[in-house]
Amino acid sequence: MKKHHQIAVIGAGPAGLAAATEAARQGAAVVLFDEQPSPGGQIYRAIEGTSPAQKEILGKSYRHGETLARAFRDSAVDYRPGTTIWQLSAEREIGISQNGVAGVVTADQVIVATGALERPFPIPGWTLPGVATAGAAQILLKSSGLIAEKAVFVGSGPLLYLVVAQYLRAGAVPRALIDTTAPGKQWRAFPHLPGALRRWDLLREGMAWMKEIQRSGIKVVKSATDLSIEGAGEAEAVSFRDAGGKRQRIACDQVFLHQGVVPNVNLTMAAGCRHFWDAQQLCWHPQTDDWFTSSLPGISIVGDGAGIAGALAAEQAGRIAANGALKNLGHFDAAEAKSRSGPDRRSLKRERAIRPFLDQWFRPRDENRIPANAEVVVCRCEEVTARDLRAGIALGAPGPNQLKAFCRAGMGPCQGRMCGLTVTELMSAETGRPPEEIGFYRLRPPVKPLTLGELAALSLTDNG
Amino acid sequence: MRRIEATQRPVVTIDFENRRIEAMEGDSIAAALLNADVKSLRDTAVKATGRGPYCLMGVCFDCLVEIDSVPNRQACMIPVRHGMKVRRQTGAAKPLPVQPPGHAGTS
Amino acid sequence: MVGAATAFGLQRLGLKCLMLDEGDVAFRAARGNFGLVWVQGKGVNFPPYARWTETSASLWQELAGEIRETTGVETGYSRPGGLDLFLSEEEQTAKLERYRRLAQHSDSFRYEMLDPKALSDLLPGVGPDVVGGGYSPNDGHASPLYLLRGLHAAFLARGGTIKMDARVSAISNTRGIFTVTSPGGVFEAPKLVLAAGLGNLALAPMAGLEVPVHPLRGQILVTERMQPFLKLPIMNIRQTAEGSVLLGDSHEDAGYDSGTSAGVMRDIATRVTRQLPLLARAQVVRTWGALRIMTPDGHPIYEESQSQPGAFTAVCHSGVTLAAAHVYKWAEAVRDGVIPEELEAMNTGRFADAAH
Repeated sequence: MKKHHQIAVIGAGPAGLAAATEAARQGAAVVLFDEQPSPGGQIYRAIEGTSPAQKEILGKSYRHGETLARAFRDSAVDYRPGTTIWQLSAEREIGISQNGVAGVVTADQVIVATGALERPFPIPGWTLPGVATAGAAQILLKSSGLIAEKAVFVGSGPLLYLVVAQYLRAGAVPRALIDTTAPGKQWRAFPHLPGALRRWDLLREGMAWMKEIQRSGIKVVKSATDLSIEGAGEAEAVSFRDAGGKRQRIACDQVFLHQGVVPNVNLTMAAGCRHFWDAQQLCWHPQTDDWFTSSLPGISIVGDGAGIAGALAAEQAGRIAANGALKNLGHFDAAEAKSRSGPDRRSLKRERAIRPFLDQWFRPRDENRIPANAEVVVCRCEEVTARDLRAGIALGAPGPNQLKAFCRAGMGPCQGRMCGLTVTELMSAETGRPPEEIGFYRLRPPVKPLTLGELAALSLTDNG
Repeated sequence: MRRIEATQRPVVTIDFENRRIEAMEGDSIAAALLNADVKSLRDTAVKATGRGPYCLMGVCFDCLVEIDSVPNRQACMIPVRHGMKVRRQTGAAKPLPVQPPGHAGTS
Repeated sequence: MVGAATAFGLQRLGLKCLMLDEGDVAFRAARGNFGLVWVQGKGVNFPPYARWTETSASLWQELAGEIRETTGVETGYSRPGGLDLFLSEEEQTAKLERYRRLAQHSDSFRYEMLDPKALSDLLPGVGPDVVGGGYSPNDGHASPLYLLRGLHAAFLARGGTIKMDARVSAISNTRGIFTVTSPGGVFEAPKLVLAAGLGNLALAPMAGLEVPVHPLRGQILVTERMQPFLKLPIMNIRQTAEGSVLLGDSHEDAGYDSGTSAGVMRDIATRVTRQLPLLARAQVVRTWGALRIMTPDGHPIYEESQSQPGAFTAVCHSGVTLAAAHVYKWAEAVRDGVIPEELEAMNTGRFADAAH
C-alpha cells in the first residue's frame, strides 16, 4: 500500500469528488478516501445504484450527482471506498482503517470534505426507537428504496420539505408535516432577499415542493411549539402546541426530525484547525481563507464541512481548493491558479448569496436547540440529561470540557456529534457567556473508534 | 416500511435473534431490520433503554448490534451478508475470546 | 487535584478558603489522571515518599466515605490490590528488586510475585508473553473525575468559595497579607497555597518559593463501556466503574503539548494486547494526553516559604493516591504553619543537596 501521496481527499460527496476529479485532471496524483462503499456522500448517496424510477422520485438535483460520479470514475483518482478516517494531524498524517486494518499515510496536500450532519433535535422522546432524522429517511429511500408508513415529519428547513415531496411522489402520504418554522422572525430574512433572488431557480424549486405538499392534502401544522414524542418503548405519537396554542397529538409509527444540517467538525477539530462560532448558522465553522486553506498549512476544508452552502457550492469549492493545492505543489503559479478558479468563484458567490436568507427564514427555534425540560437526554451515548448538565454548570464547570469531566457528556463513541452543539448553547444560555467563549469539547484522534488490535498492528510511514 | 418498487437486487437472508429476515443486497443491516419492523436494536449500557437507528450515516452510534458475536457494530454502516447472525446489543460489550491465528484484525 | 484536596482539608478544619482556578482548557493534570491509588513502586529510593504514600492509601477509605456522606458523590474507591504484569525476565527482575527495597523501609508494604498460572486465577486470559506478575494488597483505584467533583462539592458544602476563570497573574505580600491578582478579581489572605501544577513554575517566585517542575506527557486510551471483567487494577490497565477500560502508562517529553500521537497509541495498544489478548477486539473511542507534573527526582514537594511565611506549595504527580494525605495531613500542616516530620525531607532543599 502506497504510504505517501501528493494530494489526499477525504470524503466522496460533491466537494470531495469535484476536488479529486479536478486535481487528477490537471495531472496530480490523487487518492480519495471515503467511508461508504460507493461515491456520492450523503446528498448523492447511492447515486450509482438507484434505479431510473427511484431517480425520478428523488428529483433533478439528486440526478446531477450522476455527472459528478461519472467524471470521478473516469478520472485517474486512486479511490479507496470503505475506508474510515480516524485521524488527521497538523503534519498531514492521516489515520485510515479498512477491513479492520489500520494504517497511517501522509500527503503533501490534504483536502477535507467530510460534509455535514443533522443538527441535534433534543426534545422529549427524541431517543425513542422509531425516531430518526429526515436525512435518514432520504438514505433509506436512496440506498434501499424504503418508505416508512404512517410517518410524521417534524421540523423546519428545505431538506424536510424535499423529503416529504419525495415521499408524495413515491405514493406514500405521511401522517403529517409538523412545521416548527417561526413565522414571527421571518421578516428578519427579508433584507437577505436580494441575495436569495440570485438563485431564484432554487427558491422556485422550494416553492414547487411546498405546492406539491399543499396539493396532496397531507396534514400540515404550522408554527408548532412545545414538542414531545410519546411512546412506551417506541415512538407512538407526536404532541405539540399549534399556532393557536392548542395542544394536539398525532399518532404515528415513525418520526423524522430535521432542523437543518451543520458542519461535521470532528476531524478538523481533532487535527487542531482553528474554528469559530458562526452566529448566523448557529454552529462551528473552521477558519478558511479564499483558497479554503485552514489554519493549518497544506490542509484545506471544503463543502458543507466548512459551512453550510449546499451541494453545488460544495462542488465549486472543491475545484477551487484543488487548484489551490496544485498551486501549492508548484503545478502552476498563483496567477494561473486564480484564473483557473475564476468561473467557480463567480458561481460560488451566487450560490452563497441565498444562504443568509435561508438561514434566517428557517432559523431553528431556541426551544428545540436548548431543552428547557430537565428530562431531555442531551448526550445520547452516555444518557446525560439537561438536568445533569445544569447541575454540573451550577457546580461551576466553566466549559464543556470540565462539564464533561463532571457528568460524562461527550465521552461516548459519537464524541460530541449528537450533543456538542446543545451543550455549548445550553452553557451559553445558563451562564450568559457567548458560545464563542464557551467553546467546544477538546477532540482528539481517533475520531471514529478502532480496536486495540488494529492500533497494535498499526503500520506507520516510518519504521513501521 | 415498504419497498417503493420491485428492485432487481438479489435477496439476502440474515438471522436476527433467531428470526429469519429477508433483505436485499445493498441494504445496510439497519435498513433490513427497519424494513422488518424491528425498531429497537439495543439496550443502552447505563439505563438499559431501548434505542434504534437515528442518523443512518454512522455518526450517532445508536444502531449498535452484535454481528457474528462481535459487539457494538454500527448496523447502518455494514451491508447485509447471507447468513449473518445479528443480535441486539444488550448493555455494554462483553470482552471477546482471543481470535485464533490467521484472522486479519476484526471482522 | 492537589488544590481541591488541600482546600477541602482546610475548609473542614474551619478555615475560610477561596480556591482560584483557571478556565476550561487549561493543562489540567487532574483530568489526565489514571485513577490508581498506588503504593507499589513509590519511593523505592526515598523512604519518606513511600511512607507518605502508604499513609494516604490507609486514609483513602475514610476520604471516600466522607465525600459520599457530605455530597453523595461516589468516588468508586476500592482496594482489591493491584498488579504489574511483566513481559520479560528483565522487567520482572527489576521490579522484584524495587519491591524488596520498599519492603526494607516499610513495615506495612506487602507484595507477592505470581507466576502465569497464579495470574490466570486472578485475571481473564493472561497472554502467553506474560512471564509473571507482581501483586500488592495495598493498591486500589478510584475515579479521578468523581474524586475531583467530590472534593469540589465537599469544599462548597463546607462553605468554601470557588472562583473559575481566575488564572492568577501576580502575587504580592504586604506585612504578612498576600494579595493575588486574577481576571476574576483581586483577593487577600494571610495564608496562600500554590497548588497550580505546572503553573507553579511561574507563580512560586512571587511568593518566595522555587518550584522546579517540568511536564511529562502521558497518553491514555479509553475503550467503549464493557461488561465488568477486570477485578484488579493493573499498573497500565484499569477498568472503571462505568465499564470503560483505561490504558496507559506512557512517558514522553512533549513539552507543553498535551495532544495524542499514533505512535504512542500503538505502543500502548501493543503492550496491553500482549498482556491481555482479549482486549484486542475492544474498541478505543477516545484518547487523552495529559501533562504530569514532574519534579527533578519525581517525588513530591511540600514547602513553606522562608522569605514569606504563610505561603505554601504542594506539588506531586500522584494527585489521586495522595488525595487523602492532602486532605487529612497536609491541610493540618498548612493550618498550623508547621511542616511535620513526615514531610520534612520533601522540600526543594534536597535538590541542592543532590547537586553536591
